[in-house]
Amino acid sequence: MALLEVKDLEVYYGVINALKGISFEVNEGEIVTLIGANGAGKTTTMQSVIGLIPARHGSVIYDGHDITKMPCHKIVHLGMSQVPEGRRVFQELTVYENLMMGAYSQGKKANFKEDIDSIYERFPRLAERRNQIAGTLSGGEQQMLAMGRALMSHPKLLMLDEPSMGLSPLLVDQVFEIIKDINKDGTTILLVEQNAGKSLAISDRAYVLETGSIVLSGTGAELAASDKVKKAYLGG
Amino acid sequence: MNIFETLLNGLSMGSTYAMIALGYTMVYGIAKMLNFAHGDVIMVGGYMIFLTMASVGNPILGLAIAVVFCMLLGITIEKVAYKPLRGASPLAVLITAIGVSYLLQSTAQMIFGSAPKMVIVADLGNVMLGSIKLPVYTLVTLGCSFAIMIALSLFVKYTKIGRAMIAVSEDKGAAQLMGINVNGIITITFAIGSALAAFAGFFMLLKSPSLTNTLGAMPGIKAFTAAVIGGIGSIPGAMLGGILMGVVEAISLTIPAIAPYTDAIEFSILIIILLVRPSGILGKKRREKV
Repeated sequence: MALLEVKDLEVYYGVINALKGISFEVNEGEIVTLIGANGAGKTTTMQSVIGLIPARHGSVIYDGHDITKMPCHKIVHLGMSQVPEGRRVFQELTVYENLMMGAYSQGKKANFKEDIDSIYERFPRLAERRNQIAGTLSGGEQQMLAMGRALMSHPKLLMLDEPSMGLSPLLVDQVFEIIKDINKDGTTILLVEQNAGKSLAISDRAYVLETGSIVLSGTGAELAASDKVKKAYLGG
Repeated sequence: MNIFETLLNGLSMGSTYAMIALGYTMVYGIAKMLNFAHGDVIMVGGYMIFLTMASVGNPILGLAIAVVFCMLLGITIEKVAYKPLRGASPLAVLITAIGVSYLLQSTAQMIFGSAPKMVIVADLGNVMLGSIKLPVYTLVTLGCSFAIMIALSLFVKYTKIGRAMIAVSEDKGAAQLMGINVNGIITITFAIGSALAAFAGFFMLLKSPSLTNTLGAMPGIKAFTAAVIGGIGSIPGAMLGGILMGVVEAISLTIPAIAPYTDAIEFSILIIILLVRPSGILGKKRREKV
């Protein structure tokens, strides 16, 4: 059964039709990627699924709940988590406090200590900088923090919006390794990327988004081999 | 007048301004709007104290009723007048706030009339410190408001809701992604700000017992000025700005040559500070996030 099922999702900004009725699904345990050019509607899709932007038509079913009209904070409590585009860590809070915000949806105490230790284990850099103000971290460190923060809520579905944006090639590889690891530990992943090559390589399935519509879908390997994708997104 | 007395008087006035300024600055930080009806919540609190004093005669009960009533009023104003305008142009929200301000003032005038009510909250007398005569109300005002401000700072820094408030003020969208109910945080902010306004009303009546429907108008504007001087959105900034405003006011009032120009002097501080530091003394320059 699909963990996330999006059907005929339509989103408008004023009169502009940003998503023209897209349908896709993410099954439990998968890594699914949406690739597409700038302005194709990838971020809109991510924000609409998690309730930050209202949908005009269509439905979003997550883990058996109809979340189409649900406000974002309630969806997060159902175990969906998102690393937003541009990281958006809380600049004025420390690394530790940012991780604490990530655990906001968790009940009293829960296993906060253990959770934060497991984040520090996955991202040793964050442990070194735990008391540093997040705004002073490098771009790569902020990306690690944004991922760590999103993991603090024990998501069943982790959505990552352009996690490799603006990072050095070495860090990009590291980010994709971490995503694979997180998935191996049992978290389902929905990924949005402009780096089609690297993301298709780690994906079980993928969808190609063009100006608000899904134009292609298939397994990661199938899409990586398709002429259309090669030409448009893999540079030949 | 002794310099020590002047200073104490200024600190006590300033801490009252600081209490009001906190309401402006917290609402601005979190809801990104200027609640110009905030000063009039003070006045409503004043009338609640008046009603309690007239019927039961207990000032502490009066304060408690004023605090609760003002919190409910603040929450209601936000739900009815401001929430429907979320995402509207700032000008529309500003005009609505001014409208709410007149609505409160006019309603109070319809109910209580325009003649001032005398509200003798409590006659606390004076204490002598050597040769210095100190009115007890200034000490009470100063002590209570400092205790409240410390409590508020601890609340914001160390509680889950307080940290959620910081998160919302920095990035509403990211805060929602953490599972924070932004509307709930805005409601709590209005409740806290209005409760502080009720305290400010109590301190003002303690100082001078005359109550009219414009009680909160001038202190409201001065406290707003104080919040901007300190850096709007900054909690320590509002405290600092308020205290500064009060001390300048007290000093200016004791010098006969400039006493008539006290208000002008206070507002010119704003102009000077904004020329030197446009974001206020403790205000941070923030990148606008797209």
